[in-house]
Amino acid sequence: MSAIIENHELGGQHVSERIEELRIQDLHAFYGESHALHGIDLTVCQGELVTLLGRNGAGRTTTLRAIVGLIGRRTGSIMVKGTEVINTAPHIIAHLGVGYCPEERGIFASLSVEENLMLPPRVAAGGMSVEELYDMFPNLAERRRSQGTRLSGGEQQMLAMARILRTGANILLLDEITEGLAPVIVDKLTEVLIALKARGYTVVLVEQNFRFAAPLADRHFVMDHGKIVATIRQDELAAKQHIFDKYLSV
Amino acid sequence: MLTDLLGIPPQVLFGQLLLGLINGAFYAVLSLGLAVIFGLLNIVNFSHGALYMLGAFATLALVQFFGIGYWGALVLAPLMVGALGIVIERLLLRRLVGVDHLYGLLLTFGLALVIEGTFVKLFGASGIPYAAPAALSGGVNLGFMFLPWYRAWVVLASVVVCLATWLLFERTKIGAYLRAGTENPKLLQAFGVNVPMLTTLAYGYGVALAAFAGVLAAPITQVNPLMGSNLIIVVFAVVVIGGMGSIIGAIVTGLAMGMIEGLTKVFWPEASATVIFLVMAIVLILRPAGLFGKTA
Ligand SMILES: Nc1ncnc2c1ncn2[C@@H]1O[C@H](COP(=O)(O)OP(=O)(O)OP(=O)(O)O)[C@@H](O)[C@H]1O
Ligand SMILES: [Mg+2]
Repeated sequence: MSAIIENHELGGQHVSERIEELRIQDLHAFYGESHALHGIDLTVCQGELVTLLGRNGAGRTTTLRAIVGLIGRRTGSIMVKGTEVINTAPHIIAHLGVGYCPEERGIFASLSVEENLMLPPRVAAGGMSVEELYDMFPNLAERRRSQGTRLSGGEQQMLAMARILRTGANILLLDEITEGLAPVIVDKLTEVLIALKARGYTVVLVEQNFRFAAPLADRHFVMDHGKIVATIRQDELAAKQHIFDKYLSV
Repeated sequence: MLTDLLGIPPQVLFGQLLLGLINGAFYAVLSLGLAVIFGLLNIVNFSHGALYMLGAFATLALVQFFGIGYWGALVLAPLMVGALGIVIERLLLRRLVGVDHLYGLLLTFGLALVIEGTFVKLFGASGIPYAAPAALSGGVNLGFMFLPWYRAWVVLASVVVCLATWLLFERTKIGAYLRAGTENPKLLQAFGVNVPMLTTLAYGYGVALAAFAGVLAAPITQVNPLMGSNLIIVVFAVVVIGGMGSIIGAIVTGLAMGMIEGLTKVFWPEASATVIFLVMAIVLILRPAGLFGKTA
């Protein structure tokens, strides 16, 4: 599959061009004294779904946190839709259209399900309506009055997804959304991601579950020790199986 | 009746309960301000007593220099002192984000000493009287005691302000931001909420609550530079009992502790000054997070 995306949004007829939603160059990130990312380079185009794969501690979460501005010390360059954000405060980055679904889900205990859903401010036009989201995740509708953290793990994951889809963000950073979930819920999330791709969202997916990620992704970035060690297009999966074996097997 | 059994005239009992309720109203408003501040800034605001005092002095200044009376002061003094709070947060407290909480404690404590010291130098330590508004002069004979209208007003105004704050927190979008910001400010900011600004406003609001209590106090206690430093120790105990940062805990505990103090004055007057600290010690042993606090 090619990375060339048909762009309908810019209004050009039959414009075929790559629009870079995210361009990261030589990104380093630090937790205090410890150096977690050692020069990441990656580019994600509009409408693409890419994964960050790697062993535990490879730096995938750190990469997402650096993009949304949650890593205190980061150097290099992160361009979001053409805007440099390496020194930008998190709330401003969000308003460029970035939606973040954290590894720990981050459901607020002091908010009801519906308050959690409505919490993130709108960052762009074109977000899904609450009705659409309740259609997509009927469990949430049923439990809208419950305390956010009273939901099951799967329901909390749906809530964490749903709340960023409401905001109009069209770059989604999703960290291990299938972790610990029952197969039916993983299937549900597969459906959701297929629907999002069809709508033209740009998605960066951090995954352990390769079987979930492989059919969805256009490209895979393989990370190890805070670096990207390989980039694999979907059509190269079979040919480059040895790379997965080397960096992902435990 | 119970009171007959114990040989205590009902006038005394109800009278002390009512006085306790009035003190409790101050405890509630002050500890509520501390709770709002603790939620977002994660510091115990040791300047709170000094800012309460500034509210009372602002009330004096408004009438002295601008001829603005009590009702105007009730709105303007909290706004003025709240604005000062915003400056303090922006200029000083903002710099302490990410360092040990101890620094916040030291900074706000030092600030209180500076503010109170300056006012003692300027105005001396004796009280300056401030007249209650004419509309609230006089009172009503309840049978068991004479209740000055002004004191009834203090309880009413405090309860209204506490309820309004509670509604703000529990029922509004800003309240949802404040609750979420208390739990996980970084994630809230990553969602696009301007958390630094929210924090500044929370501090300003907590400080404005302290100043509001200062305006209410001006006609009751004489206005003096150290009026806050005595009161605030008790308020810190109330906060510990209610649970750090709990909005409803601050309100309920504040009112309840005032009344417990009043009751103690009836049954064991010598202990009335210490009873709140005794309750605090017991709560700390049985429920270290406080009655309404979330155990981590
Ligand atoms: N808060 C932190 N403080 C210090 N070091 C951290 C912190 N978070 C992560 N690290 C370190 O940074 C490196 C990258 O961690 P990261 O969380 O990005 O890994 P990951 O690829 O998401 O792996 P996984 O989520 O499977 O554990 C690891 O060496 C980790 O120990
Ligand atoms: Mg991770």
